[in-house]
Amino acid sequence: MIARRTVLLGTAALAMAAAFSGPAAAQGTIKIGEMNSYKVFPAFLEPYKKGWELALDEINAAGGVLGRKLEVVSRDDQGNPGEAVRVAEELLTRENVAFLVGTFPSNVGLAVADFAKQKKVLFIAAEPLTDKIVWQDGNKYTFRLRPSTYMQTAMLIPEAVKLKKKRWAIVYPNYEYGQSATAAFKELLKKAQPDVEFVTEQAPALGKIEAGAVVQALADAKPDAIFSSLFAGDLAKFVREGQTRGLFKNRVVFNLLGGEPEYLDPLKQDTPVGWYVTGYPWQSINTPEHKKFLAAYQKKYNDYPRLGSIVGYAMLMSAADAIKKATSLDQEKLVAAMKGLQVDTPLGKITYRALDHQSTMGAYVGRLDLKDGKGVMTAFHFADGAKYLPSDAEVRKMRPAD
Amino acid sequence: MSLSALFIQLLNGLASASSLFLVAAGLSIIFGITRIVNFAHGSLYMLGIYTAYSLVQTFGGGMLGFWGGVLCAGIVVGLFGALVERLLLRRLYHAPELLQLLATFALVLIVRDFALWIWGPEDLLGPRAPGLAGAVAIAGREFPQYDLFLIALGPVVLLLLWLLLTRTRWGTLVRAATEDREMAGALGVNQAWLFTSVFALGSFLAGLGGAVQIPREPAVLTMDLTILSDVFVVVVVGGMGSIPGAFLAAVLIGVIKAFCIGIGNVSLFGLDFSFSKLTLVIEFVVMAVVLAFRPWGLLGRRQGLPRGAAPVEAPLHLPSTGMLKALAAMLALLALLPFVSDRYTLVLLTDILVFALFAVSLHFIMGPAGMHSFGHAAYFGLGAYAAALLLKHAVPMELALALAPLGGGLAALFFGWFCVRLSGVYLAMLTLAFAQIAWSVVYQWDDFTGGSNGLVGIWPAPWLASGSAFYYLALVLCAAAVLLLWRLVYTPFGYALRACRDSPLRADAIGIDVRRQQWLGFALAGLFAGLAGAIYAFSKGSISPDSLSIPRSVDGLVMVLMGGIQTLTGAVAGAAVFTWLQDVITRQTEFWRALLGAVILFLLLAFPQGIAGFLRERWEARAGRSDG
Repeated sequence: MIARRTVLLGTAALAMAAAFSGPAAAQGTIKIGEMNSYKVFPAFLEPYKKGWELALDEINAAGGVLGRKLEVVSRDDQGNPGEAVRVAEELLTRENVAFLVGTFPSNVGLAVADFAKQKKVLFIAAEPLTDKIVWQDGNKYTFRLRPSTYMQTAMLIPEAVKLKKKRWAIVYPNYEYGQSATAAFKELLKKAQPDVEFVTEQAPALGKIEAGAVVQALADAKPDAIFSSLFAGDLAKFVREGQTRGLFKNRVVFNLLGGEPEYLDPLKQDTPVGWYVTGYPWQSINTPEHKKFLAAYQKKYNDYPRLGSIVGYAMLMSAADAIKKATSLDQEKLVAAMKGLQVDTPLGKITYRALDHQSTMGAYVGRLDLKDGKGVMTAFHFADGAKYLPSDAEVRKMRPAD
Repeated sequence: MSLSALFIQLLNGLASASSLFLVAAGLSIIFGITRIVNFAHGSLYMLGIYTAYSLVQTFGGGMLGFWGGVLCAGIVVGLFGALVERLLLRRLYHAPELLQLLATFALVLIVRDFALWIWGPEDLLGPRAPGLAGAVAIAGREFPQYDLFLIALGPVVLLLLWLLLTRTRWGTLVRAATEDREMAGALGVNQAWLFTSVFALGSFLAGLGGAVQIPREPAVLTMDLTILSDVFVVVVVGGMGSIPGAFLAAVLIGVIKAFCIGIGNVSLFGLDFSFSKLTLVIEFVVMAVVLAFRPWGLLGRRQGLPRGAAPVEAPLHLPSTGMLKALAAMLALLALLPFVSDRYTLVLLTDILVFALFAVSLHFIMGPAGMHSFGHAAYFGLGAYAAALLLKHAVPMELALALAPLGGGLAALFFGWFCVRLSGVYLAMLTLAFAQIAWSVVYQWDDFTGGSNGLVGIWPAPWLASGSAFYYLALVLCAAAVLLLWRLVYTPFGYALRACRDSPLRADAIGIDVRRQQWLGFALAGLFAGLAGAIYAFSKGSISPDSLSIPRSVDGLVMVLMGGIQTLTGAVAGAAVFTWLQDVITRQTEFWRALLGAVILFLLLAFPQGIAGFLRERWEARAGRSDG
């Protein structure tokens, strides 16, 4: 009886182990562990996925890296830091991925960055905009691709200073991104233009803006100019109410991220003409590297790229180049390779700074216009990310030593 | 704020109240008669706005095309609701209470993926309303014509609903069934038809509430849950089942929100306070205040207990020796597992253990104590934050883990004092309100809690970090806590709790202080949820406000209901199956939400008594003790 029970127990344990373990790893490929909040932010992340899939095709068509094919194991982290950490664990232990890439929301990015530090594994954060991921909470194993909230805000400052507007109103989604953008904008503008006055601040909950009331409150403060970091549904509601209620008449408006196709395209006829934005005018970028990317993307998907596509593409190219430069999958060598790594992206050459692991990827700054019923960016220029960062001394003060 | 600004903000509040009222009225009617807490109501709203967008695109944005499209969208959603009622919910009316909630949760998952599949990921901003596209000058400001239309729409719908419910035979039947379902049935009212028609009307209102929003906001895939919490608040503040109450509450909340925005930043005694930021949580503050003074909402009435919908819950028996042996074997199995499994299995099992403890602590108040909590994640999250904050303030990890459950326990002690004064859905909604208030404090308090980013670097002490050490820690703590909670059910304290649930009057008559009993039960459940949260924080190395948000509370509910609320082991089974399913399914397909929803529906229809309930029935049948 006892023997039978022991056998049963053993069998059950084996069965459980089998039930919980995944498929055996494919041999011969180098695996990259990718995770993102695909179902929480599909508007940005579906194009992002197409972007890295295109990059993957190109890398493997050119013979892969280190003589082996590259493979991306992609997972949905559900936009939740706890799930993301578990997924990261699964990628590392079950799939034996070389290192980790991806993530979108800041809290997920920070959680995975800290996990990477704990496990001593390279992590390239593709999307998260939070300044903290490379500064206050920066660590040896984490690198970040996109220009941060601070950098993109700083890119708008020169235009804002030129206009010499005195009374500014601010509206931002009430979470870390909006708060950081607002803080950076106020600090940088005040420095450049000491007589500036911030007359009102509205901080609607993310995704829940009461646009009519917010527009009214901003108008009642009688500002000369408005700085907004709204995006997605909040932006669309704000724009429509603002147009109907005449808030934007004779007022300058700056909107962080407002020119990204993900958020601009839904506005269609409502596109607020004349707004200053950061974004990605894919129709009219004439650099050879972008033209090549655009042609390849349109050929493969019969669709135009969004900013997410660029990020996905550049992310995987960075990963491949890091492996090539390190000529090894050893984590310390990979991290060493990432420091100062130069990558060719559709937006030009970028460098992952050794100082704080931030890439110098830039963004386009321009003004919104309406063309054939669609929103476009005009009078834009490319702002190189390297020029919109605080001094090295300031960064060193913020960032803990490795 | 000047007087004219105040007036305009009042109009703004009224305009946003209208759509909210339509959706809330639908939910209220459905709840009144079917007693279903319809989690999918927000999904119906979302379907309304998406359908309206497509129809207006198809019909063209002309006068007829636009208004026809909006109205048709409402009708389409109404028909969809009727279909859901006939094909799905009808099968569950005789299942244990709250199980319909699980079915509607599965629908939320399915509808969201359906919308993504049909309409794609991009936000869809509809056209302006023809004839009402511009603005009129009011008090020296431009005010949208369409908002004036919305302000009028609310009272008109209220009037129509009132006429429908008081002046038609159908309305009389609905009111009769709301009052006493069984009596109406005994008098020969065709309930099946009545339920379907009520569900269709409620869905129509939700769909219409969404459709009229297309000139004001884009259709986005997350709006189902965004509106859902607002609508619940409106219905509860107004009083469940009261249509005028819902209207009053929608107006109250709409206007208070608009005023908060209008007031903006205020400096009082040198302290800056942003009323604009208060909009994050104001509706829940309103709900907590209203429920503290009026336990059945503004215009609600005390509810009669629903009779006979499901069989009366059988008393819990002490577990049989066979059961105990099976539990011991299970524990032995879990203890031996690290010798044969890979590392990830242990990570996944750690999650399962944590959620099992969380679900058991929730079951403790939902099952034996009969208090449904929709905000149990608050205590989980506060335990996790307590652990993280203690560690950040140089408390050793072991001590932090030991003290952290108090974070959940003390919060539950405080919130519970208010909650146990209510019952039924009102109690559930008050727990939700407190959870949201706790969430918003954590979300806003950047300097202390790290705000929306949360805190990182919360790793266990080095001796626990390696290999399977943390797994064993989680196993020992969770198993001990779960067994302790189960044991508690069979102590005098537990028997008294069950007495308070089954008959508060009789319990009171034999000298049990019902409220104190429930209060302590509530606090105890919070304490154990806090322990689960603390283990969770150390297993992840970071913590963010998600851990006390509504979705986490809903996950807990789903686990308890999937496992079977009437069995003690159900919560553990539910937590294991749900966590494992999520892990497996997210890897299988892009549309994993829909697949997860479908699996839940399947489990629900196959085992309405829950997984553990089903196993128990089989067990008892085999042991030949199925006579009870």
